[in-house]
This record gives sequence, C-alpha cells and structure tokens, in this order.
Amino acid sequence: MGWLNAIVQGLLLGGLYALFATGLSLMFGVMRIVNLAHGDLAVVASFLALALVSGTGLPLWVVMVVTVPLFALLGYLTQRVLLQRSLGAGPLATLLVTFGLSIVLQNILLEVFSADTRTLDGGSFATASFHLTDSTSVGYLSLTTFLLACAALAGIQVFLSRTGLGRMLRASADDRETASLMGADSRHVYGIATAIAFATVALAGLMFAMRSSFDPSIGPSRLIFAFEAVVIGGLGSLWGTLLGGMVLGVAQSLSAQVDPALTLLAGHLIFLAVLAFRPQGLLAGRAA
Amino acid sequence: MTLSQTLIARAAQVRVSRAARSSKVSGAAMALIAVVLAALPFLVFSTVTDTLVNLFVLIALASMWNLLAGFGGLVSVGQQAYIGIGAYSVIALADQGVQPYLAVPLGALTCALFAVPTSWLAFRLRGDYFAVGTWVIAEVYRLLVVRIDGVGGGSGKGLSGMSGIDQTLRGALTYWIALALALATIGGCYLLLRGRVGLSLMAVRDEETAASSAGIDVTRAKRLVYLISAAGCGAAGGVITISSLSVNPDAIFSVQWSAYMIFIVVIGGIGYIEGPLLGALVFFALQQVLADYGSWYLVLLGAVGVAAALWLPGGLWGLVRDRTGLSLFPVGYHVREGGGDAASR
Repeated sequence: MGWLNAIVQGLLLGGLYALFATGLSLMFGVMRIVNLAHGDLAVVASFLALALVSGTGLPLWVVMVVTVPLFALLGYLTQRVLLQRSLGAGPLATLLVTFGLSIVLQNILLEVFSADTRTLDGGSFATASFHLTDSTSVGYLSLTTFLLACAALAGIQVFLSRTGLGRMLRASADDRETASLMGADSRHVYGIATAIAFATVALAGLMFAMRSSFDPSIGPSRLIFAFEAVVIGGLGSLWGTLLGGMVLGVAQSLSAQVDPALTLLAGHLIFLAVLAFRPQGLLAGRAA
Repeated sequence: MTLSQTLIARAAQVRVSRAARSSKVSGAAMALIAVVLAALPFLVFSTVTDTLVNLFVLIALASMWNLLAGFGGLVSVGQQAYIGIGAYSVIALADQGVQPYLAVPLGALTCALFAVPTSWLAFRLRGDYFAVGTWVIAEVYRLLVVRIDGVGGGSGKGLSGMSGIDQTLRGALTYWIALALALATIGGCYLLLRGRVGLSLMAVRDEETAASSAGIDVTRAKRLVYLISAAGCGAAGGVITISSLSVNPDAIFSVQWSAYMIFIVVIGGIGYIEGPLLGALVFFALQQVLADYGSWYLVLLGAVGVAAALWLPGGLWGLVRDRTGLSLFPVGYHVREGGGDAASR
C-alpha cells in the first residue's frame, strides 16, 4: 500500500462516516437532540439484516430495501412516542433517554445474538475491486458506499431546500413556536426528520456490516466516529459532514500506514485539534 | 411610616434559617449511621464490608456526577477518564514505593491537574456536544495509557506494595478509605453548595446569560466544579484499584461507569444532594437482586432510566421531597414568620 492508496481509501472511508453521521447531524440540527443510541441503531440494522439473510434466504439487496424503510418507520415512531415526550421534560431528558436506549439496545442484542463477532457476507461484490494505478485499487463496495453517501446528502439537501415539508422542517429548526403559528405541525415534522436520520443510519449500518466485522458492543465506538465527523465538518452543515468524514477517514488510514495501533488515536487527535483551533468546524454554517 | 421603615419592621419579625427541625433530627440520625458504618469492620464479616466498598464507590461517583451535571449543568459522559487516571496514578505511585493508601489522595490531585488542560478543550463544546466531547477525551486517555508499557500496556497491571499488610487489616483499611471517600464527597458537595460558590453555580445552571450579567464568572465556577469532580472520580478510581488490587485499561476507562453514574443520579434525583445517595442504594439493591440475570439486568436498568427521565424528572428524592418537604442537606433557606411556617426553598 502506498501513501496515495491510503489517501484514496481514507477518502472513500470518509464517505461511509459521512453517511453514518448525517442522521446525527440532522437530529441535532432540527431538534437539538444528540442521539447517543445512534451507533447502536446502526448495529441493530446490521444484526437485523444478518438475521433476515440467514432466516429467509433472501438476497442481501432485498434485505437492504426492506430494512431501510423499516428503520424510517421505526424512527418516526420513536420520535413520536419517546423522544417527543423527552423534549418537553427538560434539556437533560433527551440525552438520558437516548443513552438509556443505547444501553437497552446493546444488551438486548447481547442476549439475542451473543457477544460473538459477526460479518455480513456481501458476496463477490464486497471484495471485488479495480485498479486506478498500479498501487492504488478501489473496492466496488467502498466506491458504492461513497456514492450512496453523496446521493443521500444531495437528496436531503434537495428535500430541505425544494419541498414544502423541507421548508417546514427548516422553519421548525430555526424557531419551533413561530413555525407552529404558521401551521407547521412540529411533532410530525420532527418525526420526518428522525425517520430520515434512522433510514440513513440503517443504510450506514449495513455498509459497515459488509465492510468489517461487528458485535453488539461496537455501537458506542462508532458513534464517536460519527460525532467527530460532524464536529470536524461544522455543526449543522450537511456537506461539512462529508468533509469531516473524509478528514477523519484520511487521518485514520494515513496513521494506519505508520502504525495500525495509532488508527483510532489519530482520528481523536484530529478532532481535538479542530476543537482547539477551529471550534466552529471546517465548514461552519447551517444547511440543515 | 415610609415604605423602607415598614419593610424593616416587617423583616424583624421574620426568622430565616437553613435547617427545619426535621433536618436537625435527620442530621443527627445520619451522624449516628456514619458512626455505625465506621465501626462495621469490628462487627460483621469481611464479605459484608467488601460489598459495601462497591456501594461507597458508587455513592462517591454519583455525587461527583450530580455536582457536575445537577449543579454545574455540565453533562459529561467522560468522567471515566478520571476514574482511569486516578487508578493508574495509584498503580504508578505504588510502583515508586508510595504506600498505596496514601497514593489515593495523590491520585485525586493528579486528576485535578489533568483536568485543567482538559477543561480548556472540553469547555469549547456546549450542552449535548460537551457530553460526547468528554467521552472522546476519555477514549484518548485510554488509548494513550495502553501505549505506556510501564503500566502494563493493554493488559493492565497489578498493584504493588500491598503484600506486607495483613489481609484482615487490608480489608478494613480499604473499607474505611472507601467510607471516608463517600462521606467526603457528600460533605464536600454540601459545604460547597451552601456557600457563595453554590449560589453562583445554581444561578449559572438555571440561566447562564443572566448569571453572567449579574457578575458571576461563569467559566470559573464551572471549571471549579469540573476540577472537584475530576478529583473525586480520581479518588474513586484509586479506591477501586486498592480494592481489586489490579487495573485493566478497558474496564477502568469503560463508558459503563458513566452509565452507572447517570442512572444512579437520574433515578435518585438530579440536583439534590440526597439524590445520588438514594439512587446508589436503589441501584445497589437492584444489582444484588438481579445479578444472576446477566444482561437483562442492564436492559431493565436502561428502561428504568428512560422512564425516570421521562416521567420522574425529580427522581425518587424529588418525590420524597414533594410529599414530606424533608431535606437532609438544606442548601436553601426557610423563612418563618412569627411562629408560622411559611416555608420557601
């Protein structure tokens, strides 16, 4: 592996981080909720897909098409039933509720699927690659993930800026009370935002699962990646999240070139450096 | 009479006191309980005192988190950083020949020192993002510690300097230091919150901008709380180490500690000094009863935490307080008129 290859792999990995972080960014941008169960939701999606593939024998792409809308529905319900209530119960409540949810999800997965490490078999597609140069090869899976991430971000961007519901969403994010006066049902709007967030996190969870192994307790450490991508890119900026994910991915893959044990540390240090010298993030702004 | 004369005459009839009679009675009861607890190693088998060490550690950790989040408004998910640093300080100091029991307060001091630069970084984040930011910082500390071969790298290390002490005496000493830690954290919170710092802290928590415009140095107040909380968690980490006689980086820097602290405080009642105490007792009882059910116990704990956050924002102590008006650690004032009980917080 050369340095150029490391950078290319890092950029593609960044796409996955961005896809994963989009939901976190959206939920914070619209409802001011930091969803501490975000990482665990991705892991739940991975396990769900695993159970569906081995249980029904359906091909993976069918399972994906089923899982993602299912998660969107789940997101809408979670917001309406659980999170909406916590929004009214004080600023601490949302954090505690999502944290509690994270503990519950992790341990249910542990009971149901045991602590074993699993992988989701993506077939030949997951391992195939093509050569860019002699030393640089690009996997179809990472490239697809990256393109999916871009498509998801672009889709959300168009939804927010072009549709009526998206306008209501932005209005509710800016000033919930005034938006309600103008006829926006903030509870429905919040439900939609959470549905989008859950759908993207499910998609990211499936991509993670095909790429690397997972176990029930891995959610929190993945949440940290998403969080870092959001903060590095700039709070509330959709395309900043993509940039943040790519910075994080490149930092991790370059440091892995030096010493594989440094991978996580390098990502965290980049995050802390951004926090220290550019706390508003690389692309400060509000697109969501 | 002019208005001011009326007010002064009226004020002369009003008595203001911190403690209601119930607080004085319960204060005496608590002092008695503390004495009995201190005498326990002479009265019961060591299995009981060994279990109670865990309870005291939980009380200390929860009190520190309550001080941080309930009074300082700093919701951290990264206090395990200081539990870990405290534990490793004790290990490292014991390796240098320091008596391990003496190393516990030194470990707390080390944590306070580490907390100073950490707070510069962490305080750049607001609200919810502070929570996850502190978590990342705790991860960084873990990843740095496992790179130090002198303290055992990734596999952890045993505590040296304890082999010379008789086992019974060791158990009793560990118990006393854990009890002292629990009493010190509760007493420390009480003394801190009674004074000027307590007032400014509560003002900052309730409305930061208004507090700042009233002349309170918001960052200074928050940093003070952060340092104290770091020291308390560090001492708790030290006690955990001298109780288990070894340290493992993944266990001591685990985010599970934060989960415990948060749930104890939320169930017990955030923003009351009594909250962590009550919450720790409930949590400890649940832990003893449900220990055989493995992960289901954590599922239940998470669900109880969610339910408490949604429907019981004042926690169990909030419920007790609303029903009885009891306050074990009065940090507010009661106003009495003549003999009547017009009480205010």
